[in-house]
Amino acid sequence: MPDLDVHPPHLYPAYKSTILRSPTRPLLLVPEHLRDVSMPVFGESVLGEFDHDLTKNARVNGEPIGERIKVTGRVMDQQGRGLANVLIEIWQANAAGRYVHKAEIHDAPLDPNFLGSGRVLTDAEGRYSFYTIKPGAYPWGNHYNAWRPNHIHFSVLGHHLEQRLVTQMYFPGDPLFAFDPIFQSTPVPARELLIAQFSMDHTEAEFALAYMFDMVLNGHRKTPFQ
Amino acid sequence: MAHLLRETPSQTVGPFFAYSLTAEQYGYPYTSLMNHAMVSDQTPADYAASERIFIQGRVYDGQGNPIPDAVVELWQADPQGHYRLAPIGPRNGQPGFTGFGRMGTGTLPDGQFRFTTLKPGVVAGANAAPYINVTLFMRGSLRGLFTRLYFSDEVDANAQDALLNSVDPARRHTLLAHREDQNGQLTYTFNLHMQGDNETVFFAFAP
Ligand SMILES: [Fe+3]
Repeated sequence: MPDLDVHPPHLYPAYKSTILRSPTRPLLLVPEHLRDVSMPVFGESVLGEFDHDLTKNARVNGEPIGERIKVTGRVMDQQGRGLANVLIEIWQANAAGRYVHKAEIHDAPLDPNFLGSGRVLTDAEGRYSFYTIKPGAYPWGNHYNAWRPNHIHFSVLGHHLEQRLVTQMYFPGDPLFAFDPIFQSTPVPARELLIAQFSMDHTEAEFALAYMFDMVLNGHRKTPFQ
Repeated sequence: MAHLLRETPSQTVGPFFAYSLTAEQYGYPYTSLMNHAMVSDQTPADYAASERIFIQGRVYDGQGNPIPDAVVELWQADPQGHYRLAPIGPRNGQPGFTGFGRMGTGTLPDGQFRFTTLKPGVVAGANAAPYINVTLFMRGSLRGLFTRLYFSDEVDANAQDALLNSVDPARRHTLLAHREDQNGQLTYTFNLHMQGDNETVFFAFAP
């Protein structure tokens, strides 16, 4: 039986912003019979033509700069059943480690052809994939010489409220793991679950390296979708 | 129990979610699938007699300062007590009433959020009082936080509500949205406090 306690604590003082922003009292457990069974569902028609391709969806006058990659994987419940029609929203820095966000102050170049936003829906087996540019590392103000490892942010809308997940996907072998309190906040045995795996099988010849990142959402109850 | 896969760990939403999760609210060139309007400008005919309400508030940190980079999501039943099951869409279409809303706290003064919706009905068999599920993400929060909004003017129904009754009586007020009628608009104010005497009651789904 693996250790099922995978989530970071609410308070992790090395990540300074948690100090004033984490609850101090125990959370109240909701009995199973009082939980909601469904989350909103989005139809395929809500997606734009290039929502799944961050290398194309903000092009102005050419290709974005950087290493083109494909990210693919499966979203499932804790019994390994694929979760269909799950909305995954994506955001990230560009190849230089710069976010488009107005509050971003890192002195690295914006890319006129890259926004860094995307979204996909999982298919009937829970699979998803998208194309993007490998994000760069960037500094942040948490402590002296603080740098975030390369990562892609994900927001996932599963089938029930307890399957609402926000997480970050990291890349294998990043030397910054040891120095990043956000990554380090995760219990040691669970850290590997945040790291994508390089996949030669999914790598597209002459086009893009591929990384596999499966996501497992809370729950092992009957699926509400027949 | 059968062998269970480990969940994917939660990580913070960070400070830079806005150009994806709430792009239109913040003026970024990307469409939004959901925003602070949980009902279309024209109330759908099925709900024409229902109360159109505003839900507003702020999220306060441990020093009492409003948090300007949080993202708040609401998910609720319709006025007849039914959660929407039909897919939301098509893109740019008229979704009618979705019951799902999302707003970042970085666009209105002092970190305010403000949603437009219809007052939910009671969900049959689930609860005795109408409520809205509230989900909160922000920089400095390593895990999503879940709470519920109940209505201050539903005194009798609230007294019957199983979940509300399981909350320490001294903390129940943190789950109540307070009704005020502002310029003829029916407005409920729901402030979230991360810490302090009024620390919001947050819920967990697993021990
Ligand atoms: Fe980031």
